[in-house]
Amino acid sequence: MIPAAFDYRAPSSVAEALELLNSDAEEVKVLAGGQSLIPVLRLRLAAPTLVVDLGHVSDLVGVADDGDAITIGAMTTHADITDDPLVREHAELLALATETVADPQVRHRGTIGGALVHADPAGDLPAPALALEAEFLIAGADGERSVGAADFFQDYFTTAVGEDEILTRIRVPKHTGWRSQYQKFTRVKQQWSIVGVAACVRLDGETFADARIALTNMGPTPCRASAVEQALVGKERSDETIAEAAAHAADGTNPPSDVNGDADYRRHLATVLTRRAVQAAISG
Amino acid sequence: MTHITVTVDGTKYSDEVEPRTLLVHYLREQVGKTGTVVGCDTSNCGACTVHLNGRSVKSCSVLAVQADGADVSTIEGLSTNGELHPMQLAFHENHALQCGFCTPGMIMQSIDLLNENPHPTEHEVRDGLEGNLCRCTGYQNIVKAVLAAAGATDSEATR
Amino acid sequence: MTVTEDRPATEFGSPRLRKEDAHLVTGRTRWTDNISLPGMLHLAMVRSPMAHAKIRSVDTDAAKQGSGVIAAFTGADLADDHAGLPNAWPVTPEQKAPEHKAIAVDTVNFAGEIVAVVVARSAAEARDAAELVDVEYDDLPVVLDLNDAAADKEVVYPDLGTNVSAVWTFDSGEAGTGGDVEEAISGAELVIKRTYRQQRLIPAFIEPRSTVVDPTGEQTTVWSATQIPHILRLMLALTCNISESKLRVVAPDVGGGFGGKLQVTPEEVTTLLVARRLGKPCKYTETRSESLMAAHHGRDQIQKLTLAANRDGTVTGLKVELLADMGAYLGLVTSGVPILGAFMYNAIYKFPAYHFTCTNVFTNKAWTDAYRGAGRPEATYAIERLMDELAAELDVDPIEIRERNWIKHEEFPFTTVAGLEYDSGNYEAATEKAKQLFGYDDLRAEQQRRRDGNDPVQLGIGTSTFTEMCGLAPSRVLGSLSYGAGGWEHASVRMLASGKVEVVTGSSAHGQGHETAWSQIVADRLGVPFDDIEILHGDTQVSARGLDTYGSRSLTVGGMAVLAAADKVIDKAKVIAAHLLEASADDIEFASGRFTVRGTDSSIGLGDISLATFAAHNLPDGVEASLDADATFDPVNFSFPHGTHLCAVEVDTETGVVELRKYVCVDDVGTVVNPLIVEGQVHGGVAQGIAQALFEEAVYDESGTLVTGSFVDYLVPSAADLISITTDRTESQSTTNELGVKGVGEAGTIASTPAVVNAVVDALRPLGINDIQMPCSPSRVWKTIRAATSSASARTDGGAA
Repeated sequence: MIPAAFDYRAPSSVAEALELLNSDAEEVKVLAGGQSLIPVLRLRLAAPTLVVDLGHVSDLVGVADDGDAITIGAMTTHADITDDPLVREHAELLALATETVADPQVRHRGTIGGALVHADPAGDLPAPALALEAEFLIAGADGERSVGAADFFQDYFTTAVGEDEILTRIRVPKHTGWRSQYQKFTRVKQQWSIVGVAACVRLDGETFADARIALTNMGPTPCRASAVEQALVGKERSDETIAEAAAHAADGTNPPSDVNGDADYRRHLATVLTRRAVQAAISG
Repeated sequence: MTHITVTVDGTKYSDEVEPRTLLVHYLREQVGKTGTVVGCDTSNCGACTVHLNGRSVKSCSVLAVQADGADVSTIEGLSTNGELHPMQLAFHENHALQCGFCTPGMIMQSIDLLNENPHPTEHEVRDGLEGNLCRCTGYQNIVKAVLAAAGATDSEATR
Repeated sequence: MTVTEDRPATEFGSPRLRKEDAHLVTGRTRWTDNISLPGMLHLAMVRSPMAHAKIRSVDTDAAKQGSGVIAAFTGADLADDHAGLPNAWPVTPEQKAPEHKAIAVDTVNFAGEIVAVVVARSAAEARDAAELVDVEYDDLPVVLDLNDAAADKEVVYPDLGTNVSAVWTFDSGEAGTGGDVEEAISGAELVIKRTYRQQRLIPAFIEPRSTVVDPTGEQTTVWSATQIPHILRLMLALTCNISESKLRVVAPDVGGGFGGKLQVTPEEVTTLLVARRLGKPCKYTETRSESLMAAHHGRDQIQKLTLAANRDGTVTGLKVELLADMGAYLGLVTSGVPILGAFMYNAIYKFPAYHFTCTNVFTNKAWTDAYRGAGRPEATYAIERLMDELAAELDVDPIEIRERNWIKHEEFPFTTVAGLEYDSGNYEAATEKAKQLFGYDDLRAEQQRRRDGNDPVQLGIGTSTFTEMCGLAPSRVLGSLSYGAGGWEHASVRMLASGKVEVVTGSSAHGQGHETAWSQIVADRLGVPFDDIEILHGDTQVSARGLDTYGSRSLTVGGMAVLAAADKVIDKAKVIAAHLLEASADDIEFASGRFTVRGTDSSIGLGDISLATFAAHNLPDGVEASLDADATFDPVNFSFPHGTHLCAVEVDTETGVVELRKYVCVDDVGTVVNPLIVEGQVHGGVAQGIAQALFEEAVYDESGTLVTGSFVDYLVPSAADLISITTDRTESQSTTNELGVKGVGEAGTIASTPAVVNAVVDALRPLGINDIQMPCSPSRVWKTIRAATSSASARTDGGAA
């Protein structure tokens, strides 16, 4: 199918892009790779009058060391993130989750910023961003502001990024030496997550010194499995400890019911996948 | 209308396109590269896979305007001087196609797969083709063809 | 001229690489959607979002004002231009069928039905304008549930007074092919009753359907992505009241069909009508979403089964009560699809009594029709699942229970309780080979270890020993089943002056490799090189007669027609050879492309005769200057391929995930022309059958909207979801055709579904589970496990208290 007609602009700077967002166009959509947006346009589920393509804003691309964190430009592709040595070293969880996004062709085009701002509850990047306590840098007419992951994801397909704003980069605190695992559950390989578990733990000897676990598609936004984290921290690693902690994975969640499984099944999956994610993380 | 210049299979084209024109429609209708086909509208089937600046993309999920200044390779540019590309040959020799509709995308993705991982295992080949649907072959001979193209031994290829 | 050099001793049976590939791997393709004609207009359909509604009004005014728009038509506008779309298989004289116009006129009966068409100079403009068509609907009650529909709780067509289209019955007692099934059941030592659900599937060929019509010139040309150019031509002529001689239908490269392109579609009719109205070439290419929503679906049956058996495992009777969902309309063979299964429920077994009844029911869903296997996968699933249930009931190995009931190889030909005569087969040989390749005993041992060890991942082994009736052909038999046409096939062999050969076939390939296989047949028969043969098909102007490709019929019927035409060429050439060699025709022998005077070295090649015939300088008196020959072949019986498929799965009892572990199939498809192609057909067929077992289902919500309306939700498996399977063959030649061939197109699909589900159930049987509804999705498997384990623990608790 063919999208409805729209005007197209490809600014070369964030400032120029912001100007376009503030123009009097009736409905503006930001194109950040387009791997979700273009299918949506094709199905005519959206019909913007202006599409602003960030593909030519070169300073939104790339990963940089930023002291106690790494920053990732919003227009960095999934494929580049997956292969990036800084991400691999300091935010392995993100690399592991990014590897599971869609398929290779989509990962060549799709960007981290696009995926995070799209904020599909079944998307794989919001949960690791939440688990890693990423910070979101958002540019607007009044300059740049920073939003924590907990406040960034607001509802289905809704983030803190306003209509006249642009997500420029994601700042991910270094989780160097943490053990990570992303468990993605699907019926066929190329599918949106039915449930996903992003787990990242730090061991001190045989003890869980820290644990950060977030869930994909267990509600309108990604959510932290805080009860699991609390149940792990300070405990010595063992299958029993992990299983007991993981049993709390679905506490307080509000998962959807659809053709792939009802809420009940998703709650159950969350517990099993959380257990497996933590086990795999520490055995890896 | 927006003016774009795109190199397709080694030839430079300058055209006026509507911004909403998908790359695949531009290739098929304006450049005449009908070897690249459309199989779905949700970017699942991969039949439209081409290479954009050397990496595989689904040309149904790229706007033609996004390809301005880019280098695009399609199934039609693979064989040179009448010689099939090794992947085309491998598909033929391993009976990796039946109706042939998914084949252009499958071959383009398989080439990309080997570019990134020249010696994949069967599992890696299967995963690398997750974004390409075929309804005829059950994929067995496609996987075999890719492994053959990678120079895998027979035992690996048929495992 | 010698024409016998450079060719193997025999093409037949050799794994020739395909001729078809050259253009397909290079993108030099001719898909219908590639066609562009000067001034060609583009159609966009406006489709109903409602599953059942009265159309109050359709306003196309705004659309007609759209940029580039040439015209817009409603159902009323085109209603008088055509009769209803055809149903070629009225299964009973009383069959009820609603009128089916290409564009809905007063009511819409499923979501996706066309309510208007917009014609514009570009596809984009047509789509833009289609969005401007304003349709007002008044809701009608939506009929979705098959049981409710059969009970006429609400009716789809008040005029028909019922949702029941037809009831079709076969009774072995009445037919004289067996005993009375009620007696068998009442006298049985063991009765097993099950109800199975054949979920609704979507053929999901990867090339979306496309039609281009050029009405300029004397003949209107229709290019369409169809399996059936010949049938389509006749049906379009009848439906649109056009002289058949004024229509030419071309199926260029066609990207898969699987039964899904065995149809005369509203889209084809609409494109033809619009093109004729406007006098301009028109194109319509569907989107994937439209295809999933409105191209016909497959399966969708409820199977109520009663199996009677003795304690020794001998089946004494089988009763089958089917409800089959027609969807909203009867397509070309919609009503006959479940009837094709009627003859297959007894499968490879010697059942003494059999009763089959099928109730065809209308609902407010997309129409159903042929999908790979058409009726036979459903039947095979039911009986192969039941045989496993019988085995479990008696605590006998599932293969053992089959062996006690199957037809032994020395018992062929065998007339079954359904009245078919199976000509050949060797179930013992295929099964033995499959067991060896599978490592059956080792896997059973591993299964036991996992059971004993309470492994969260359980192993299951599934068996399917299937047969099918294929080569859908014998015209008399099809006639006795009230099918509207015959099943013959036609071919022509044309000898060109240079010795090259053109073969015209009525089979219409769309991925099957006919060009290669037919070349192999002709190469051997005529003794000409493989590469000197060109196979022409898919264009009614070239291939004037044909009945096209479906039902695994191409080789058994079409291939035989090719052979017969080649034989006629030889007969004609022999007369000329005798004349040129100055011998009596009775003394001429033909071998390897040369005619030789018996007992001499005096000979002449077919190519030389071809040239001499072209020159026509020295032909015998009264002999025409042509070697060309036509032949039509109509077999006397179906063919009956069979095979044994074994599947091992691992079931993760914590998540319900089913992983394929191993799949072995040994198929007996009779003589093999090209093993490479046969193997490819089995691979693809097995994958589609596995997909039914594990992945695919067309799901509607309570308002009748297709939830699985894109490939995001309709889960066609990718390479990453399947495994490499082991294929092998046994060979018992068909005795009903000279080649000994049986057909292979549907075998894998028919066999594999029960093999997989039997494996899943086998893995979980110790938990007290004896069925899981398809597709065996993780959530469904897990819920079944949970229900079984909680009822088991409830029983334990109860026992303890």
